[in-house]
Amino acid sequence: MATPSIEVSETPLVLHLLRRADDALILGHRLSEWCGHAPMLEEDMALSNTALDLLGQARELYSYAAKIEGRGNDEDKFAYLRDVRQYRNLLLVEQPNGDFGRTIVRQFFYSAFADLYWRAMMKSADATLAAIAARSEKESAYHLRHSSEWMVRLGDGTEESHRRTQAAIDDLWAFTGEMFFVDEAERALIDARIAIDPAGLRPQWLKTVSAVVGEAALALPASDWMQRGGRDGRHSEHLGHLLSELQSMQRTFPGATW
Amino acid sequence: MATPNTPLWEVFVRSRNGLAHKHCGSLHASDASMALQAARDIFTRRGEGLSIWVVPSNAITASDPAEKGMMFEPAESKIYRHPTFYDVPEEVGHM
Repeated sequence: MATPSIEVSETPLVLHLLRRADDALILGHRLSEWCGHAPMLEEDMALSNTALDLLGQARELYSYAAKIEGRGNDEDKFAYLRDVRQYRNLLLVEQPNGDFGRTIVRQFFYSAFADLYWRAMMKSADATLAAIAARSEKESAYHLRHSSEWMVRLGDGTEESHRRTQAAIDDLWAFTGEMFFVDEAERALIDARIAIDPAGLRPQWLKTVSAVVGEAALALPASDWMQRGGRDGRHSEHLGHLLSELQSMQRTFPGATW
Repeated sequence: MATPNTPLWEVFVRSRNGLAHKHCGSLHASDASMALQAARDIFTRRGEGLSIWVVPSNAITASDPAEKGMMFEPAESKIYRHPTFYDVPEEVGHM
């Protein structure tokens, strides 16, 4: 690792943007790992399309964060030249792909949130964020539909697909609480109506998720113990491995283009 | 590869300025709604379409390639069936 990491002035709005951008980049990268490996060609395309949607969202959010920060950083520097502790994404999205069922459960939990989140953010007092939200909402709505359809087919499919999908729900459940967590840094943005309070989305999220999980003949865990840390840069061991691959070119050959 | 869980579907897409759905390929999917989603991801990802139809491939009755001679060659020698033997008055314009 030859290139040092950048420094970021995390004003509340920059932090807010990086948190959302990092969610999209890391989940998009995870999905891109399926490219060439998905269970069938059709799903290979679907997962790659979703990855590209998320990458597009990340780019817009990073670019806006760079503009707000105004210190000469840009989307590439945010993506390639921050260390693992500087990443602000949810723990959920950095979890490894595992089997196909696990990838779908992760996508489903996140998309059910993102769909509500971006729809609400379309009313943001920040015009740029509202515009990003309007575009992202359409993409997220499709991601939710696609992952929901798979949830039902996997849960209500074979004994093996049911078992694997239920195991993924049980494993990933504790990472869902972080989506609705708000800290002091974002409270002022919420009061200024630039951001929305994600905690308010949880009842609707739970309703959506419960309906699909019920239709899939699966069950949500009873436990309400939730793990968090990603929003503050405290990540699982998996993110460092992901970043070492994501960043290897720019860290080894700084500024390389092709 | 035909599998019992993911049969073949034929995909028809109506483009932005097209009036009719055109056949553009086929794919495997477990059922109609999954086929529709796969068609969206595979055949309209560059903004090609405004409407998609998916049809189970086994719902299509096709002519037999081995009967090509009987089916289609007789039409080839009947050039009088083409509307090329009379002049179209200019006032008619583009037909």
